[in-house]
Amino acid sequence: MVKTIAPAASGIDPAPPGTVMLSATGIEKSFGPVRALQGVQLELRAGEVTALMGENGAGKSTLLKILTGDLQPDAGTLTLAGTEVRFTDPRQSRLAGLRVIAQEPEVLLHVSVAENFYVGAIGRQGLMFNRAALLARADSDLRRYGFEKVIRPETLGSALSPAQRQIVEIMRALVDSPSVICFDEPTSSLGDEEVVILFTLIRQLRDEGVAIGYVSHRMQEIFELSDNITVLRDGKFVGTKTTADTNHDDLVRMMVGRDLSQFFHRDPVLPGETVLELRGVTNSHVTDIHLEVKAGEVVGVSGLVGAGRSELMKTIVGDLRVDSGELLMGGTTMSFKAPADAIAAGIGFAPEERKAEALLLKRSVRDNVALARLRSLSRWIFVRAADEKALAAEYIARLGIRTPSSEQLVGNLSGGNQQKVVLARWLATHPRLLVLDEPTRGVDVGAKSEIYAIIDELAQAGVAVLVVSSELPEVIGLSDRIYVMAGGRITGELARDHVTEEQILALAMDESAADPDLSTSLS
Amino acid sequence: MPTTQSTATLRSQPPIETGARPGVFRRVLEVVGVQNISLLMAIALVVAVIGSQNALFFTVGNLRVIGTAIAISGLLAVVQTIVIIMGALDISVGSIAGLTSVSSAMIFTATGPFLGVVGAVGIGMLCGLLNGCIIVFGRVNPVIATLATLAAYKGVAQLISDGRAQGYTGADGFFVFLARGSILGVPTLILVLVIIALLAHVVLRYTSIGRNIYAVGGNDIASRLAGININRYLIGVYVATGAVAAIAGVLITARTGSGQPVSGSEGLELEAITAAALGGAALKGGKGTIAGTILAVILLGILTNGMTLLGVNSFWQNVAKGALLVLAVVIQQLRSGERRIGLPG
Repeated sequence: MVKTIAPAASGIDPAPPGTVMLSATGIEKSFGPVRALQGVQLELRAGEVTALMGENGAGKSTLLKILTGDLQPDAGTLTLAGTEVRFTDPRQSRLAGLRVIAQEPEVLLHVSVAENFYVGAIGRQGLMFNRAALLARADSDLRRYGFEKVIRPETLGSALSPAQRQIVEIMRALVDSPSVICFDEPTSSLGDEEVVILFTLIRQLRDEGVAIGYVSHRMQEIFELSDNITVLRDGKFVGTKTTADTNHDDLVRMMVGRDLSQFFHRDPVLPGETVLELRGVTNSHVTDIHLEVKAGEVVGVSGLVGAGRSELMKTIVGDLRVDSGELLMGGTTMSFKAPADAIAAGIGFAPEERKAEALLLKRSVRDNVALARLRSLSRWIFVRAADEKALAAEYIARLGIRTPSSEQLVGNLSGGNQQKVVLARWLATHPRLLVLDEPTRGVDVGAKSEIYAIIDELAQAGVAVLVVSSELPEVIGLSDRIYVMAGGRITGELARDHVTEEQILALAMDESAADPDLSTSLS
Repeated sequence: MPTTQSTATLRSQPPIETGARPGVFRRVLEVVGVQNISLLMAIALVVAVIGSQNALFFTVGNLRVIGTAIAISGLLAVVQTIVIIMGALDISVGSIAGLTSVSSAMIFTATGPFLGVVGAVGIGMLCGLLNGCIIVFGRVNPVIATLATLAAYKGVAQLISDGRAQGYTGADGFFVFLARGSILGVPTLILVLVIIALLAHVVLRYTSIGRNIYAVGGNDIASRLAGININRYLIGVYVATGAVAAIAGVLITARTGSGQPVSGSEGLELEAITAAALGGAALKGGKGTIAGTILAVILLGILTNGMTLLGVNSFWQNVAKGALLVLAVVIQQLRSGERRIGLPG
């Protein structure tokens, strides 16, 4: 494996394929009265990829945390390469040869990629460290795993995209030559080309005899990559299947315990008047955007990571300025100075980063739902508590938010329910236009279909909906029309009837349309 | 390896003992809050210890002494709590109190008590406005901005007063009433604190303004995207802080009988921040209550009074105050359940 200067790394000889490297049996874990895991088992074998699936809240993350020693199980046994282990700290599991690749990696912002790779294990010569040698070593490691075109050793951490951060995290793990690696939804922030590179890497590691655990919500990936699939539901072990012996419907049934035949149900309505229109909108992030959304229409925006989709949404909702061109709501030219102006004009916005940009995690569901329309719930400055409570209760019921009460802290809810709280906040303002940036990211299958149903219902009611999504089946299934972006520009518009994933991808990678200065060319 | 897991699973609250009897105890705990319960227990403990050592402690006279002593630092602690909930900090409150103390006395000497008070409050609001503008428009970290104005306002107070106490308010009926008067047996000083604290409590708890303050402190990006004008709130809260610091300044003048540029107000910012932190206001913003702060102010007042009664050297009292702030924040950090690695954010 990777040669390391540091003595700490534990080079474990590869075990013969099929050997059980990590085994967890009878794992139990409770948080107060909530039983997060009950009798869960998992086996990871050398030279095999085992997928771990389940809805959010099924216990996948808790299980991973128990594996690393981040959390201690209440009962159950863990064995690593045949010996029973009990980790009380992630560092112990790391030294024992087990790594979990975090979904949202922490990267040191002010140092280079190379230093980020070997943080804690940087070789020294006397008191100095040799920067040139470090860069060379990083470069050769990148080449070894095929990332040399995606990321450069000398780039600063602060300049990295989410995808590149993920790669830094993976490279860090490889420095230790672990015998077991678990990936926690590694592709949720990756573009398609990076996914290909990641998969090549995972297969390479598998062939070298590493036991791999792979958590993901994406079916297609699981079937492409895994040898076995273990499914959890509501903290319980449902079963383990050989990938070759199962299929999509089978897995969905195992995960949700019900059939999702009507995953995308859209009843297109006859579009009404134009609600939002952009005429040649340009700023430092997007160029010459022409776009319109009509009442009752669901319009998708697709493109690769870094194509400027989120920036376009933030421009529409008044968080980024329009430098030139026109933005019209209902035929009137608008000039939003802040999101407050856009809200007043009837725009609601659920941003991509739910926790960082939308939620007050330490406040109640009620507080979060009422946030954007507190003024109308108040008499002078006094919030009418009863009305506020009623509003929260109404939307908890309407969107099926699973929470013990409206007073529960939002930070304690699962991803899907948090997203519904964000949606509730904006539905409560009765918007004319709803802008949703990756509304189903990190959301489980069940909540996804519920969110799709909500979007459909809104369109039926005459709301104009603009949806950004990186998942092609989702964009296609959901949208009446699709705009595709690349390099800060719109490279094409496709109608619902005859659109294919290939068409979208071709437009998304249409580099000819992209301004070279603007493209964050990852690909 | 820091693992920030975003998939929200069951991230439970800090583990509360579930083995204890549920029912009444649990419900009381929920209503009053764990933080406040521990403060009440601390107060009971301190009262028991000091009372057993010195019988003078329980006299009505001594209770009045404690009450009037905490009134001024209590006012500053109340506004500091609001600033902290919003995720900021105001170190300059003590200097503003000093500046307004001396200017209220000077304006009083020139015109009369009414303009003396109004002028002082006006000056306090101007100071707050300047703080807010430096932070908002200069994009300066609140700690640095108010550290700078802490020095500057103190300098201004010394400049206009030539570094000496100014005016004599000891013969004026209004100022005497503020310092030693009472309504229905309750000293005026304590009444002022009660009124301001209630006002702050109501604003934070029951108004859209209070909700938005918690929102800004909890997540500023989310607040902006939800249509809250963050700059307006920041400046507004600093102006209000300046106004209350000015009221504290007027009370200092009333108690000492003259305007004090420095001596009456130095170190008050430390007491205010200690009380807010001890009362459960999270220094990262988004969390805190006036009730908690007031309990902490009472605890600190009793401690100071007790140490004096027991003859503890005032230099040691300063050490104790500093230690208490550290202790308060350490307890807060432990309760938040955050990892003990690296620099706290």
